[in-house]
Amino acid sequence: MTVAIQRTPLNATHREFSAKMVDFAGWDMPIHYGSQLKEHEAVRADAGMFDVSHMVVLDITGSDAEPWLRHLLANDVARLREANKALYSAMLNEQGGVIDDLITYRTAWGFRMVVNAATRDKDLAWMQQQSEGRDVVLTVRDELAMIAVQGPNAISKALSVLPPDWADAVTALKPFSALPFGDWFVARTGYTGEDGLEVMLPAADAPAFFKRLAEAGVVPCGLGARDTLRLEAGMNLYGHDMDETVSPLQAGMGWTVAWAPEERDFIGRKALEAEKAAGIAMKQVGLVLEGKGVLREGMKVATEAGDGVITSGTFSPTLKFSVAIARVPAATADAAQVDIRGQLVGARVVKLPFVRNGKRVFE
Amino acid sequence: MSQIPADLKYVASHEWLRLEADGTVTVGITDHAQELLGDVVFVELPQAGRTYAEGEQAGVVESVKAASDVYAPIAGEIVEVNAALEANPELANSDPYGEAWFFKVKPSDAADLDGLMTADAYAQEVGA
Repeated sequence: MTVAIQRTPLNATHREFSAKMVDFAGWDMPIHYGSQLKEHEAVRADAGMFDVSHMVVLDITGSDAEPWLRHLLANDVARLREANKALYSAMLNEQGGVIDDLITYRTAWGFRMVVNAATRDKDLAWMQQQSEGRDVVLTVRDELAMIAVQGPNAISKALSVLPPDWADAVTALKPFSALPFGDWFVARTGYTGEDGLEVMLPAADAPAFFKRLAEAGVVPCGLGARDTLRLEAGMNLYGHDMDETVSPLQAGMGWTVAWAPEERDFIGRKALEAEKAAGIAMKQVGLVLEGKGVLREGMKVATEAGDGVITSGTFSPTLKFSVAIARVPAATADAAQVDIRGQLVGARVVKLPFVRNGKRVFE
Repeated sequence: MSQIPADLKYVASHEWLRLEADGTVTVGITDHAQELLGDVVFVELPQAGRTYAEGEQAGVVESVKAASDVYAPIAGEIVEVNAALEANPELANSDPYGEAWFFKVKPSDAADLDGLMTADAYAQEVGA
C-alpha cells in the first residue's frame, strides 16, 4: 500500500516563506525556515508561529459523550466544570500503556479533542471501538487548520491581526481556556513553555492569517524549533517519552491521572493501581550536561540504582548546553552517567522542566 | 543550491580539501554537509601532532539535529586545528569554505590528493 504524502492548507505558504520541508508522519511539513536556532529564540524572546494543522481535531457529541470520556481517559473531564476549559490527559490501553496524549476542551456543543498526527488512525480506531453501543458521535474536523502562536509577545501580536471586537475576550482568556468565534476557536494553550494561543480556523482562512501574523512580526517556525522548545519545557513527545509500553506513572504523567472519585472506572485503571501497589519501577527525570556534547534519544543512562535510557535529548538553545528527558530507575538520586558514543560522561539529574517563560527553572 | 567551489578537492563523506602553498592541506566540511546538518552547536577537533590514516575518524560535528563524524580525507599529520571554530561552531553554517576550516594536515604522500574528487565529481555525487 502506498499512501500519498499529506499537505496542510499552509503547504504553499510554507514554500513562499522558503521553508525546508520534510516528511513528518506522512505529512509534508516545515522543519525550519532557515535556522532552527533563530526560530527557537524568537519564541523564547518575542513571538513565533507553527503550522500544527496535521494534528487531528475531533468533536465529540451525543448524550453519552461525557460518561464515555470519563471512561476513555485517565484524567477526568468532569474536572472541566464549565465550557471552554481544557484538560491534558493520557488515553490508556487496558495494560495501562499510553495510546496517546491529548487535550480535551469542553465546548458549548460537547467536547473537542486534539490528538497527535502520527497516532491518528489507531486513536480513531480505538475510540470507535470503545464507543460501540453508546450515544457518542465522533466528527473529525479535517476542514480546520491549526496555527500555534507562541512567545511572550504572541498574544499581543495575534490581537493586532484578529478582529478588534474579539480583543477583550481573547485578552481575558485564562491559560488552558478557549473560546469559539464563529468557525474559529481560539485556545490559550501551547507546547513551548511560553504564553500563547492555538487557533483552529477554517482551512481557507489559514494562509491569509499566517501571512498577516508574519507581517505583525510573528516568526514562522518549523517542527525543529517546536521540538527543542517542548523539550526545554519538559513536555513529553508521544512515541519518544512514552508509548503503549510505558505507563503514565513512569512517564512523568502521574499528575494527569485522576484517581478520585474511586468509582470512576477508566480504561487502564486496574493496571495502574496494580503498578502503584507493586512499586513503580522507573521515573522520568531531566538530565543536564553542562560540558560539551549532545545527549540524544536512545543513549544509555547508568545510575547507582541501575540503567535507564534517554527518551528525548537535544542541545538547549536557551541554556547553551545539552539537556534530556530520561526514564531511569525510581531510586535514582542526583547523578548519572550517559554513554555518549562509547564514552561515559557525567550528567546531573534534575526536576523537569528546564525552561519556563524564557527562564531557567531547574536548580 | 549548495556551493561547491571549483578549486577544491572533495571526498564522499563531505569533507573538502585545499592544497596550500606550503604543501599542507586544509580540510573542512562542505556547504552541502552543513545544510544537511542544520544548526551546528559543537565541534570536536583532532589533536595537533597526531597522525591519521585516510578515512579515519578525526572529529565530530554536532548539530541540533544529529552528531556526525568528521574523517581525515587524506593520510597525514595534523599540524593545526581551528580554535575559532571550536569557540564559534556556527561558523560551520555561515562560512563552510572560509572561517570554518577544521584542521590542516601535512600529507604523508602529496600524490594522494590526485585521486580525490573534483568539484564536478562531488556535484554529481550529491546530485547538485
